[in-house]
Amino acid sequence: MMRKDFSIVSIFNEMESRGGNVRGCYKAFFKWFSGESLPAIRKKQKEAQEFFRLSGITFISNNSKQDQKQMDLIPFDFVPRIITSAEWDHVDRGVRQRTGAINAFLSDIYHDQEILKAKKIPVNLVAHNPAFLDKMIGLSPPGNIYTHIVGSDIVRTDPKTYFVLEDNARTPSGASYMLENREAMINLFPELFSRIKVRPVQDYTRHLLRTLVESAPHNKSKVVVCILTPGPFNSAYYEHAFLADQMGIELVEGSDLRVRDGRVHVRTINGFTPVDVIYRRIDDDYIDPLNFNSDSLLGVPGLFDVYRAGRISIVNAPGTGIADDKSIYSYMPEIIQFYTGEKPILDNVPTWRCSEPDSLSYVLDNLDALVVKEVHGSGGYGMLIGPNSTKSMRKYFSERLKAKPEKYIAQPVLPLSTMPIFGGKNLTPRHVDLRPFSLMSPKEIFVTSGGLTRVALKKGSLVVNSSQGGGTKDTWVLED
Amino acid sequence: MLGRTASGLFWLFRYLERMENTARLINAAQWMSLTRMNASDSDWLSVLNTVGAADVFTAQHNEVTKASVIDWLLRSSDYPSSLINCMNAVQFNGKSVRTAITEEVWEAINAGHIDLNAQLKTRVSESSLNTLLSNVRDIVSLIQGMAHSTMLRNEIFQFMSIGTHIERTDCTLRLLDVKYYVLLPSVSPVGSVLDNVQWETILRSVSSLGGMKMTYGEQFSAPELIDYLVLNGKMPRSLSYCLMKVSNNLRNLSTTGRRNTDSMMQAKHLANYYLSVPVDSIFEYGLHEFLQKLLILNSELSDQIAKDYRFYE
Repeated sequence: MMRKDFSIVSIFNEMESRGGNVRGCYKAFFKWFSGESLPAIRKKQKEAQEFFRLSGITFISNNSKQDQKQMDLIPFDFVPRIITSAEWDHVDRGVRQRTGAINAFLSDIYHDQEILKAKKIPVNLVAHNPAFLDKMIGLSPPGNIYTHIVGSDIVRTDPKTYFVLEDNARTPSGASYMLENREAMINLFPELFSRIKVRPVQDYTRHLLRTLVESAPHNKSKVVVCILTPGPFNSAYYEHAFLADQMGIELVEGSDLRVRDGRVHVRTINGFTPVDVIYRRIDDDYIDPLNFNSDSLLGVPGLFDVYRAGRISIVNAPGTGIADDKSIYSYMPEIIQFYTGEKPILDNVPTWRCSEPDSLSYVLDNLDALVVKEVHGSGGYGMLIGPNSTKSMRKYFSERLKAKPEKYIAQPVLPLSTMPIFGGKNLTPRHVDLRPFSLMSPKEIFVTSGGLTRVALKKGSLVVNSSQGGGTKDTWVLED
Repeated sequence: MLGRTASGLFWLFRYLERMENTARLINAAQWMSLTRMNASDSDWLSVLNTVGAADVFTAQHNEVTKASVIDWLLRSSDYPSSLINCMNAVQFNGKSVRTAITEEVWEAINAGHIDLNAQLKTRVSESSLNTLLSNVRDIVSLIQGMAHSTMLRNEIFQFMSIGTHIERTDCTLRLLDVKYYVLLPSVSPVGSVLDNVQWETILRSVSSLGGMKMTYGEQFSAPELIDYLVLNGKMPRSLSYCLMKVSNNLRNLSTTGRRNTDSMMQAKHLANYYLSVPVDSIFEYGLHEFLQKLLILNSELSDQIAKDYRFYE
């Protein structure tokens, strides 16, 4: 494996080049910013908060001190992330390639398993993986689409280099933030949008609805689509309601749906009517208490039987978790090569699989320089960031690694690019990542222009997750 | 439209209406207590009776004082219809039917919710009570107004209106029933002028003292008051008016779905047998019995609507 030494690379600031000059794509923005007074900017910042507060857009954070869940606003920073169209075309092609490969991988892994026969991936990595869903073996989803919606987390380390950190192929969230951030920006700074030509993102929901309709199990002209939510107490409920509202489709809970006569029906004021496509925002385990977790009150009894009979589309398909598993992640270059015959356009972060003895010993020797992640963890929890860790944390992880090496992977600490945020007085750099969304129907793949930029608001922090002090920014892809 | 959504809209607007009625009631009672020379704290017991909460209150408190009743009606977490609980129920139902209401309505709800929770965090002093209550009226009006100016007149709107008017019927009935005895012929002989003092509270709380005087003159009798609050189809808080609204809403719903639902039949029955009568026959029937009967019928109508439109199952 090629191991790039990131320790000697300096951090790439997307707005300023090393000499302190503003990079080309930010010039128009910076000119505008320099002409604004601080009080005016602060006032706009307050207005932005008010906009988000009124909209009710919140997430649930775990307040560790009181061990209480509370609803919080995700902090929004108005300085936009700006990307040229040429830069974006590269990312766009990379995301398309990845989405197509992931879907092909899922189809293969649940049918002929050619990639295992070709020994590109160890069999036991799939066979013994809890994310591999036996019930999906041999089952073909409508249109052969598994990953209708993918949100890959991408970071940038220099003007030309992008790494995919992970591929969220289950039920990626965040699209509503992308859309609301843009709406807030247009309301607050209309003059910026008349000066600078920015590619729209508002077409996301139109393409999402088209993708859902095209993924129906039949080709009748009338397709009934709904979003299945765990309900108002779920942390992403705002997004579920927002998307349903934007698409003009029903937002349903498990108790609204019922299997009758071999089809899924929804309880309306005029009786039960059949549904064709369910965009579920509920994990696999909870979608059907008869086929999966029997304690689930969120799902629909018998839903999976209807799915098996090919009379409903579930978006994303059950069992897609195997594709965004962190142990599978390290094989993404092989997966892309295997199914597309092409080299990956976007890089994978070099990954040490601790299950391999050589890698384990390297990781143990270099704990202070690496990021160690749990294979099945998410949300930035259960990980060790070597350079920011204490001796006792490293000791703790070192014991865990020796005891259960197969549960961990390690990666170098990437010098994530920074972007300025408005710190109240001036602009100050913070690390960012990017989550573009891709939509895959049997007919085409659509990729958003930009996506959701997440920013670590704490100085020096590399963790952008909203549950751990992350904020968001509007992301602009410039039109030539 | 989902049955659950219909239910959410119905309850959203019931709680909104209840919130407004509670605020009006406190306002009227406070006004009375300040303007009458012989006002006493025990008058507040009748306010509790109006909202059907005297038992719960006295179980929790040793004595009935103005300050404790007001605080309880505004902020108690135990009393399901306290202002704060109504506002929270409005917001929760709004959230669960978020896709059925417009952004404008949702933002009005959310802003009101944030605002009222902040204002009711601590006890409201007597000096700021008026400001608070007019704030509540503004919050309710903004939500109602946004609904009226931005919502499509489709089935969503019908359920909003049904919730509003079923609740309003309930409130008007309770209001009358608490003071029904002052209207009985033994207390106020037929044809005599009513002792307006007690009734001013009631009419003030439904904002219609002016309307009453406009319709029946400066001095009015007990049957005229009943005629006004029960039978007068022009008075937006009368039983006749509310029931007419509910019937129209049900009829509009039936054109989009089925005809002649059970709830439509019940509403028709209510209108024909109880509200298309001369006011004297209400007294013959027994005013209290009449009001009690209507409370039951209104609640049965509400249950039947829930059944007909699959609110729960």
